[in-house]
Amino acid sequence: MSSAAGLGGGPPAGSPAAAARPGRRFAGVPYFLLLPGLLWLGVFFVVPMLFLLSQSLQTGTLETGYRLTFHFATYTDALSQFSRQFLRSFEYAFLATLLALLIGYPLAYAIALKAGRWKPVLLVMVVAPFFTSFLLRTLAWQTILNSDGLVMRFFRGTHLISLTSALGWTNGNQLLSSPLAVVTGLTYNFLPFMVLPLFASLDRLDPRLLEAAGDLYATPLTAFRRVTLPMSMPGVVAGTLLTFIPAAGDFINSQLLGNPKTAMIGQVIEGYFLRINDYPTAAALSFALMVTILVLVSVYVRRSGTEELV
Amino acid sequence: MTDRSPSDRTPQFDPALARGLVSRRGMLAGIGATGLATLLAACGTKGTAGKANPTAQAATDRSDTEKVVSWSNWPEYIDVDDKTKTHPTLDAFTKQTGIKVTYTEDYNDNDEFFAKVQPQLRAGADTGRDVWCSTDWMVAKLIRLNWVQKLDKANIPNAKNLQDTLVNVEFDPGRQFSLPWQSGFTGIGYNPKATGGRKIETYEQLLTDKTLKGKVTLLTEMRDTVGMMLLAMGKDPANFTDADFDAAIKEIETAKNSGQLKGFTGNEYGKGLASGDIAACLAWTGDVVQLQADNPALGYTLPASGHMIWSDNFVIPNKAKHKKNAEVLIDYYYDPKVMAQVVDYVNYISVVKGAEQLLLADDPEVAKNPLIFPSEAVLARAHVFRGLTEEEETKYNKAFQALTTGG
Repeated sequence: MSSAAGLGGGPPAGSPAAAARPGRRFAGVPYFLLLPGLLWLGVFFVVPMLFLLSQSLQTGTLETGYRLTFHFATYTDALSQFSRQFLRSFEYAFLATLLALLIGYPLAYAIALKAGRWKPVLLVMVVAPFFTSFLLRTLAWQTILNSDGLVMRFFRGTHLISLTSALGWTNGNQLLSSPLAVVTGLTYNFLPFMVLPLFASLDRLDPRLLEAAGDLYATPLTAFRRVTLPMSMPGVVAGTLLTFIPAAGDFINSQLLGNPKTAMIGQVIEGYFLRINDYPTAAALSFALMVTILVLVSVYVRRSGTEELV
Repeated sequence: MTDRSPSDRTPQFDPALARGLVSRRGMLAGIGATGLATLLAACGTKGTAGKANPTAQAATDRSDTEKVVSWSNWPEYIDVDDKTKTHPTLDAFTKQTGIKVTYTEDYNDNDEFFAKVQPQLRAGADTGRDVWCSTDWMVAKLIRLNWVQKLDKANIPNAKNLQDTLVNVEFDPGRQFSLPWQSGFTGIGYNPKATGGRKIETYEQLLTDKTLKGKVTLLTEMRDTVGMMLLAMGKDPANFTDADFDAAIKEIETAKNSGQLKGFTGNEYGKGLASGDIAACLAWTGDVVQLQADNPALGYTLPASGHMIWSDNFVIPNKAKHKKNAEVLIDYYYDPKVMAQVVDYVNYISVVKGAEQLLLADDPEVAKNPLIFPSEAVLARAHVFRGLTEEEETKYNKAFQALTTGG
């Protein structure tokens, strides 16, 4: 009888014990539903993070082994030695994000609102580069920008190359091996991460809102500024985050398209892990990079008022 | 009793509640409670087991029951049949011995490969590979760590064909642990189209010639790039001091800061050198000889101040399951007839005596190429980087890393 009540039947009259039972049964549900996600986070994020944090505070060598000595000086040493690469990474990532936004917004807007029946085709085209490897796509830029290429001929013909050299964006009369090439590569490689969230938020935009704005005598520009742009802000925030975060940690673009003076922090970390086998320094740099990104992102998200995204 | 107190109500699934459960602060507090310090300390790693212990290093050899051997090597480092894309010498080996070779080109870089196999070797586990080819200094490191096994020369009678100059090397006297696969020089490659037709003959030109600005690459191999610099400064890479090393790094640093350098590369400089995006670079002999086949104009010089020589060597890692098969394989390649076939294709310097004489009849052009069969005089100018202690290696690697990715 009481078990039948527990299965969700009518309220069992009178007995306080029976009244408490459904409550106890449901109390665990939110936790239970969170379990897969929490387990995932725990095993693949928290535990590795702790390993990384621990590694960064250890001393020793690969051959003698590492022991935790809470050697915080690793952080100060690494950060003072590689502060330039650190700042450069954020500078390049910021520029690439900005460029991706400037290119991606009109593109996403056109696909979402103007493409009509071409929408699926255009979306596939945005994603299509992912069918080839990241490395190959970056290497392709070496061919695009090399000295015999059309782009270089255009830059030479219009003397743009002297301008970019004067600005320090290029070096020694060539486009390759320059900050310009690195930022171009970053922008290109992460553009789809910008376009897709922008598309998702613009695609959901109710066209009747724009019609209503028109009825209220808003010019198309005002309608865009007051309706479309605010409605697409979640897409802008998501897109910029998805572009900025991987771009800041990237090491392939600067390695293949840059020169020794464009090294980003990802390259330094790679070198310390794989070449020098100095795991503590590499771990300290990785951890510092992650914390910096986390802080920047929290400030950014709080500022843009779209906290439901994180 | 229809009116129940609020506490009696069935709790609803509330997103705010869920968020509360996993708030970052809550998470950190939880971690703190379990004792962060002890947790972190548990993440330490043990050092490598110090002393050599042959029984612990060897695995049960399955060579007699499993006729296979797994060999990891550098890309484009063996003969290839242009039509079938197979490796004729490997096919002949299988036919002759019945041993099937799993040949994998997954050795791109000494440090990278080391990082890849280091966890298994440290744990005393099988790496899945029976033999691979490491550069001299990496062999030194592997021997120092006791991560490679002594070769059983009874299975490698042809080892007597090894070039005399390579028998007693500093890191492995008498070649107990390693046998060379190929040797090569590090010199200067240039594309006359991009240098304005001028020859590039010295390291100084690479670092200071203004017409090459932004179009010079050096190598990510510290021993090649710094070794050549030491030679250019009149020092001996086999016998130098910390101060010499620092001075060499400083010279290259100056060139880097002036915007002279395009970058530091592994053997991916080939494409750029052929197209002229790289005007001049430090380059390995075999690569350039192969490039010259398609671009005859490319130039190559071994500077008068001297050049570096290196070998990549067969080693058998701990716990390899088919050690004997690997030794039979090494023996096979030490047959001058077989090595001649390989050298004819890869164009590096033969480490096996007698290959030159055989090639003189078959492919005199290759046999007469001074970069493949160098004269005594050229060999006399070849230098080897001295062996480093672990401490020195870390120190020099750091300085070099700061050079390649710093600034």
